[in-house]
Amino acid sequence: MHGTDPGFLQSIGTFLGFYYLFISLMNSVMALYLWGKKGRPDLAIAVLVLFAVPFLMLSPFALSGQPPGLPTWFTDTVNAAANAVVYTALTTGALVLLYLCRSFFVRKDVAWVMLNVALLLMGLSMTNQNFALIVTKPDNVPIVGLVFLLGFFTWLATAKAVENDDRIARGLGPAEKDDNEKVLVWPDLVYTELICMVALTAFLLVWAIGLPAPLEEPASSVKTPNPSKAPWYFLGLQEMLVYYDPWMAGVVLPSLIVFGLMAIPYIDFNKLGNGYYTIKERRFSYLVFQIGFLDLWVTLIILGTFLRGPNWNFFGPYEFWDPHKVLALNNVDLSEYFWVRGLNQGLPRAPVDADGLTKFLYILLRESPGIVLVLLYFLALPPLLATTIFRRFLAKMGFIRYMVLANLLLFMAALPLKMILRWTVNLKYLVAIPEYFLNF
Amino acid sequence: MSLGETIRNSQIWKSVFRHPMPLDRRNRIVVMLTNFFLHLHPVSMKKQGIALSYTWCMGGVTFFLFLVETVTGVLLMFYYRPTLEWAYNDILALRDVTSLGILRELHRWGAHAMVITVWLHMYRVFLTGSYKPPREFNWVVGVILLLLTLLLSFTGYLLPWDQLAIWAITVGSNMARATPILGYEGPLQQLLTVEGIDMISDASDARFGLLGARFVGEETLNRFYVLHCVGIPLAVSLLLAIHFWRVRKDGGISGPL
Ligand code: HEM
Repeated sequence: MHGTDPGFLQSIGTFLGFYYLFISLMNSVMALYLWGKKGRPDLAIAVLVLFAVPFLMLSPFALSGQPPGLPTWFTDTVNAAANAVVYTALTTGALVLLYLCRSFFVRKDVAWVMLNVALLLMGLSMTNQNFALIVTKPDNVPIVGLVFLLGFFTWLATAKAVENDDRIARGLGPAEKDDNEKVLVWPDLVYTELICMVALTAFLLVWAIGLPAPLEEPASSVKTPNPSKAPWYFLGLQEMLVYYDPWMAGVVLPSLIVFGLMAIPYIDFNKLGNGYYTIKERRFSYLVFQIGFLDLWVTLIILGTFLRGPNWNFFGPYEFWDPHKVLALNNVDLSEYFWVRGLNQGLPRAPVDADGLTKFLYILLRESPGIVLVLLYFLALPPLLATTIFRRFLAKMGFIRYMVLANLLLFMAALPLKMILRWTVNLKYLVAIPEYFLNF
Repeated sequence: MSLGETIRNSQIWKSVFRHPMPLDRRNRIVVMLTNFFLHLHPVSMKKQGIALSYTWCMGGVTFFLFLVETVTGVLLMFYYRPTLEWAYNDILALRDVTSLGILRELHRWGAHAMVITVWLHMYRVFLTGSYKPPREFNWVVGVILLLLTLLLSFTGYLLPWDQLAIWAITVGSNMARATPILGYEGPLQQLLTVEGIDMISDASDARFGLLGARFVGEETLNRFYVLHCVGIPLAVSLLLAIHFWRVRKDGGISGPL
């Protein structure tokens, strides 16, 4: 599927025609709102001219089977440049930028422009058959929804936090405080709930009618599909398998995620920021959570869903999922680096007739560089941190809570660290003991 | 007397609703106290607690989706038989023959939506710091609910018994094989060796317990079906009751002090 067949453009064109019409309508409503309610005809005209009219003009092209697409040089460049490193760097960079410049991005006009640009890019990309094939896979559609919903709610929460932080700085207290007048639940809440339920039912019905649930061939235990993917909400874990063995990626890390989430209320001793949106009053817990949720969990799910193809190889967003794509894997264990490349000798190996204990000790010797590093990481770092940047934490939290926090953070950091080691020095395992299925 | 009034004055109506229409303040309070479903709510609350921009209504939406899943799920159980012989064909029939086949779409998309909304709910609760005292325990209950929601979705994924289903479950459950000590290929599984006999084999390890077999087969289908339709929903219902109860007991929706 390197070229695009006309039947595809015809059918996606119909969809895109209505898609552009909808966006145009959305912008017109916004213009109307700005003109009437807000009394800002200047902004209303800007929205009309910039968005409503252009999107309206796109729609007849799409409907007639010629939806505007992206130039080939663009898609080719994106495909050629894309890989896991670039993807991670860009998404992380974008999140950092959004965080640092949050008071700019929470502006309503900025957000509106970003929304329109995102929708346009989505529409243009959909004319690429490879892109459309992955994105419109029925089970992937919800993730597209997730991305837009998360974007919207992150924006909303950040806007409220920025406003509150500003108010707090001026000594006013959070905006939520002004809303503490009591109202009756009937009708105020009960009616909202009723409307929510009706709207949600309608939404689900439209979704159910418009998008058939997937049903592939009957199950066969001999025909393995390539790629074989877990359900989408576990693809972050499946992506971790690139860097960690199943016992870490599939058992230890997920258990720690659940345990760590449960531990949050007991290790966050900060009393501020209870019951209102704020960032400045709880910067540390905010950042740790956002790194974990947005940068590690959601970003990896998107990567695993849209950019991992056959053999779990990385594919650009507009790239054909070629099952024969071969990527050279030349990852090296730390023991190999240390003994063979560093000391120029073979890996320590027990004599063939040695007893169990000797063999075991030889394994320990072989892996000693990695074992020392891992022990240092988990045993030396907590006290080191406690005497430096986390000194205040230890004092406030006490020993046990501090150790739980420190270890959870270290395990969380272990993932990006391993990624970086893989990308920079092709490190496979720090500790490789296949004899006991213990690779780390 | 108009028809409406006649009905509202009848003994039957009055036996169900023990007070006049909730049009004035008094009756708006009474309705919240006397109606079984409404008594989940308090009679009055702070304006900010019902602001959509504060709670995003995501907990409520998740609960509503759970109800949708329960209703459509029970209806689907009338059509679907969890056996190798019928599972796939029944789903096929739902698609091609059965007039209410859309139930499957509602159920599947509702499930995806529920996973998304439960994440968003957790996100909101975190961002408003609502897990802080006195709501620590309710956050823990929530985390278990999150886990159970994912497991509900995961166990349901197998039931259509198509390629998508069994391979997704195979990939997912392969992880259990690597459970430390308890998995056939897990680190340190040799620890459970008694008098030279390895206790952990591919027919006795954690993955076997999950699947009921060495690979995803009919035993797995049965096991997942029971968990999906009975076991996990019961656990979720119990925890939801606790969750809602605690929202009230912890002082209602959080807000600045
Ligand atoms: C099946 C899943 C769940 C359902 C149906 C549910 C439902 C609800 C509902 C209806 C509320 C009332 C306020 C609101 O709508 O935001 C609520 C509050 C709350 N939920 Fe959940 N929840 C679920 C999962 C979770 C999860 C995963 C967490 C956290 C990890 C959580 C933690 C909380 C907390 C701490 C509150 C109190 C919030 C406050 O007072 O502002 N819940 N939940």
